[in-house]
Amino acid sequence: MELKEKMLSSFMALEHELDLDAPVHKIRSKSLKSFEAQGFPTKKLEAWKYTSLAKLLKNDYSLFPKVETTIELKDVKKYFLYEIDSYKIVFIDGVYSPFLSDTTHDGIDVCLLSAALGKPKYKRIIEKYFNAVAPQDDSLTALNTSFAKEGAYIYVPKSVVAEKPIQIIHFSTGDQGDFMLQPRSLVIADENAQVQIIERHQSLSPHNVLTNAVTEVFAEKNAQIDYYKIQNDRTDASLIDNTYIAQERDTNVKVHTFSFGGKLTRNNLNFYHKGEHIESTMKGITIIEDQQHVDHYTLVHHAQPNCESHQDYKGIYADKAVGVFNGKILVDKIAQKTNAFQQNNNILLNDNATINTKPQLEIFADDVKCSHGCTIGQLDEDALFYLRSRGIPKKEATGLLTYAFANNVLESVAIPALKNRINKLIAQKLGVDLGHNL
Amino acid sequence: MLTVKNLHASVEEKEILKGINLEVKPGEVHAIMGPNGSGKSTLSTVIAGHEDYEVEQGSIEFKGEDLADLDAEERAHKGIFLSFQYPVEIPGVTVTNFIKTAINASRKAQGLEDMPASDLLKKIREKAALLEIDSKFLSRSLNEGFSGGEKKRNEIFQMAMLEPTLAILDETDSGLDIDALKIVANGVNKLKSKDNAVVVITHYQRLLDYIVPDFVHVLHDGRIVKSGDKQLALELEEKGYDWIKKELE
Repeated sequence: MELKEKMLSSFMALEHELDLDAPVHKIRSKSLKSFEAQGFPTKKLEAWKYTSLAKLLKNDYSLFPKVETTIELKDVKKYFLYEIDSYKIVFIDGVYSPFLSDTTHDGIDVCLLSAALGKPKYKRIIEKYFNAVAPQDDSLTALNTSFAKEGAYIYVPKSVVAEKPIQIIHFSTGDQGDFMLQPRSLVIADENAQVQIIERHQSLSPHNVLTNAVTEVFAEKNAQIDYYKIQNDRTDASLIDNTYIAQERDTNVKVHTFSFGGKLTRNNLNFYHKGEHIESTMKGITIIEDQQHVDHYTLVHHAQPNCESHQDYKGIYADKAVGVFNGKILVDKIAQKTNAFQQNNNILLNDNATINTKPQLEIFADDVKCSHGCTIGQLDEDALFYLRSRGIPKKEATGLLTYAFANNVLESVAIPALKNRINKLIAQKLGVDLGHNL
Repeated sequence: MLTVKNLHASVEEKEILKGINLEVKPGEVHAIMGPNGSGKSTLSTVIAGHEDYEVEQGSIEFKGEDLADLDAEERAHKGIFLSFQYPVEIPGVTVTNFIKTAINASRKAQGLEDMPASDLLKKIREKAALLEIDSKFLSRSLNEGFSGGEKKRNEIFQMAMLEPTLAILDETDSGLDIDALKIVANGVNKLKSKDNAVVVITHYQRLLDYIVPDFVHVLHDGRIVKSGDKQLALELEEKGYDWIKKELE
């Protein structure tokens, strides 16, 4: 049975477990129809021109966990940013793991979407925010919505600053063979609130895992959200990450995406401006090799005046790796005094690596500053000569220069322990020995 | 120590060096002067082993060994050092980490273990003091946001750390104010010994007041057209390069 058919028939099985009278269920049914009409995206769509899901869709994925799996903390500790105190929401094969998690309702809500969808206490918030920014017409998002059941729920009330970062980790064990996960998360920072979130998807054994994640993020007036996505998965794990961010006036939202591994990774990152004086920042470092594939598909919709957006994506591609960057900036007629910057710089370490980079600017206002630039290059020969003339062999010199190329994206990482960790990951990936800092 | 014989070299099929002969012995300081475009930087780059430069004819021997088949890093391991006119910026790699990487790469090539951290630190402190470099400077990213003077001082600091037998200083004086120039020159002089040699490449005579050469060579259109002692540099300063050009005609 094709995956699409399997999804459609599984929906009925899912309905048995759910409250069919809940308003959320109407959304689910509607979304399923949207997915049914569209199916999975193919390369015929402009937005999927360089990324094909065809091979991934051939696997026979289990859709629901049959058994509950436990894992020992010591086996997975390295995937946590354990150096610092944090809240944790951990899922194993899509099921919440109370043992590995550290949630709270004290001052802020860090818990499960299933709880928020089910309890009357959250009704108002769910009605206001659930599926409010995720578009109906995106087939994969609609598919996620129709199966939306579990994921992280984070609510930071007015004027509260979450005093420690929140880690969201999705583990896939492979205990049930090839597996498809569809986590659904909801993040709300109310007026003047601040929160930092670190998210990770991690496969733990050889098996095909396909994750189709949707995260909706809401920044109410003057809120600040820092979101970090760590994508350093096994080479048989694939991720389609759909993130939708709605920003009200005076908000500042930053998303850093570190794509260091996975079979296929597609990041659909979308920002929607709902007020003035908004800042949106998207930064990314992609370092992949072998036959890995990473596709960044970003959208910033400038729909109000006096807002800024910054995009800075760096990519390093080795072997037969393929990178895609498609950055769309949409500036409505009303959005005067928009400042929108986009930069995508790439290094291909050899002739077989590929990068497809495409800025897409649609500007309807006349008083805006928009800039975009993309570069594709090899390493600077003179820089390489400089290092080699100091006795550093070519391979190490190449590593140092690529490290330097990627490194400056880290400047805006606001969690020092995370910055340190990412720094080490980059050095490790590029074979650079930074050793102990003297 | 360094014997350059009838060296012809080109870059992108353009011949820049058209028959250079140069002999540098241990303990000597040579100055190579010449107008812009005469081939000064090319000569230093070719000796250090840049792959983009093609040696068409002639040879470079260092300590009796032909360098033709050696990569830049292998030449560095043999004791050749080039102070760059335009050092490269490397964000995220500190001066200290960079020098550690360079030193240990050379040691590895010689079959030695990494230098113990305590020895390295001691040496760094000592050489930093010699060049009046602040310790904060050492934890900054290599050359990133450095002023022209800081970059040059950092080059000489690397030279001090790597202790080459042949140091080629390419336009080390450009971008330096007089105080920085004195510090850099003083550093170079203190590193001098009877066993090593320095080749100073410069457009101006100014640096040679502080690093006093035993020999001065004038490079013009890819050839050494005149050699002499330090008086030649003074003469050049006074009369300008046109004087040499006229003499040649």
